[in-house]
Amino acid sequence: MNFVLSIVVSFSAFVVLVLIPLVGVWALDLRTLFGTVIPYTALLIFFLGLIVRVIGWSRSPVPFRIPTTAGQQKSLPWIKQSKIDNPSTTLGVLVRMIFEVLTFRSLFRNTRMEYREGPRIGYEWEKWLWLFALAFHYSFLVVVIRHLRFFTEPIPAFVTLVEQLDGFFQVGSAPFSGFMLPGAMLSGLLLLGAVSLLLLRRLWVAQVRYISLPADYFPLFLILGIAFTGVLMRYLLKVDVIRVKELTLGLASFQPKNPEGIGVLFYIHLFLVSVLLVYFPFSKLVHFAGIFLSPTRNLSNNSRMVRHVNPWDYPVKVHTYEAYEDEFREKMIEAGLPVEKMPERPLEQEAETLQQGEKD
Amino acid sequence: MYDGWKILVGLIIGVILLAYPFWPDAEKWAAKTPEPELTAKAQEAKVCVEPKSYIRTQHMKLLDQWRDSVVRDGIRQYENSTGKVYDISLQNTCIECHSNKTKFCDQCHTYAGVDPFCWDCHIEPEENM
Repeated sequence: MNFVLSIVVSFSAFVVLVLIPLVGVWALDLRTLFGTVIPYTALLIFFLGLIVRVIGWSRSPVPFRIPTTAGQQKSLPWIKQSKIDNPSTTLGVLVRMIFEVLTFRSLFRNTRMEYREGPRIGYEWEKWLWLFALAFHYSFLVVVIRHLRFFTEPIPAFVTLVEQLDGFFQVGSAPFSGFMLPGAMLSGLLLLGAVSLLLLRRLWVAQVRYISLPADYFPLFLILGIAFTGVLMRYLLKVDVIRVKELTLGLASFQPKNPEGIGVLFYIHLFLVSVLLVYFPFSKLVHFAGIFLSPTRNLSNNSRMVRHVNPWDYPVKVHTYEAYEDEFREKMIEAGLPVEKMPERPLEQEAETLQQGEKD
Repeated sequence: MYDGWKILVGLIIGVILLAYPFWPDAEKWAAKTPEPELTAKAQEAKVCVEPKSYIRTQHMKLLDQWRDSVVRDGIRQYENSTGKVYDISLQNTCIECHSNKTKFCDQCHTYAGVDPFCWDCHIEPEENM
């Protein structure tokens, strides 16, 4: 698909998704539907979908180790092994997984191939993907943790702590009075920035643009929309936070409430989050769970120490050469073909005895 | 299934962690939406400096604008949407009616996990109700 078309398709889908709660809550006042039914359905689909996906993966066989790693594998004692990049033990695998999940080491290895003067190829430094991804994932994590204040009562200390750290500059989001409160949270603005940069990178780099599909643009638009409505609610348009918490706490304690007087902006935010939850297990976003099951990351490279037998080898009925020769030896000898095992008595003797028998 | 039990254990732990907001908690189930208590004086006055719905969602903005206009511009008068003029003062205008910080301000602020820094500079009202 042409990239303009991809963007048009995914952005149109996003706009429709914004319009649904806008019409549903603003014009039709379907607060129960958008405040209770849709979020619960989305959560159910999210959890069931995630479980189905992971169980599906766990059922696919992975009989062999895939040692496509960057480091020196365990070899002779005088060759230094790269214990984290090419581990031969479970501990090494654990360390590699921790680095992968927490610091996105695979993305750090990203390079850009370039033609230099003439037909010479060069691999250029390209850490932008890693940098934006790191900023994006961690700011998203902090945003999610901060949102726990809407789902807990009393609010646990770690949520308050994260919030204090996140807002420790105690500055406003814009240098105008009235834009100053509540104090800007770094994570929210960083999230918006990082998603925008990831989107720009996707559009900027020709090779990445070429392989981008609506499935790549859509989640970016969706997350951009979620972050943007959140930032709008917090800094500019404001919603009644106490009523919002009444609703969310109702969701969290299975006593759904749909108070009046929350702005429609909140319902747009909630609906987009619900869409994200539903979309999550069936899209590339499920790498959230899939990263833990990457065979090139979570298996030790012990192919030289342990024999891994392919368990689904079909039990083929074999006819060995030995058995074949046993079956056809005489015919082979008659036809003058070489055999490995001669009969105990040479054939001529056999023929003689046969002739003698005839005489008798 | 290869390493099936490891994946299963990981999946169960993951799902339980993700479901954190829905963990059973009697305290949370019993939680009530706070109703800020109005003092007799506030009830008598009936109106705040601006309509209730505006104050509910925008009071932090208003306080911020008040602070800037007094501290930076020296303007000590505020004309509200109905044309009534108020003195811009937390101590003398706001706290005059809402002298019950713990039952008024803190109710919602604690509930929503908000920690405003008003009292870094201002003196907390003495509560003798």
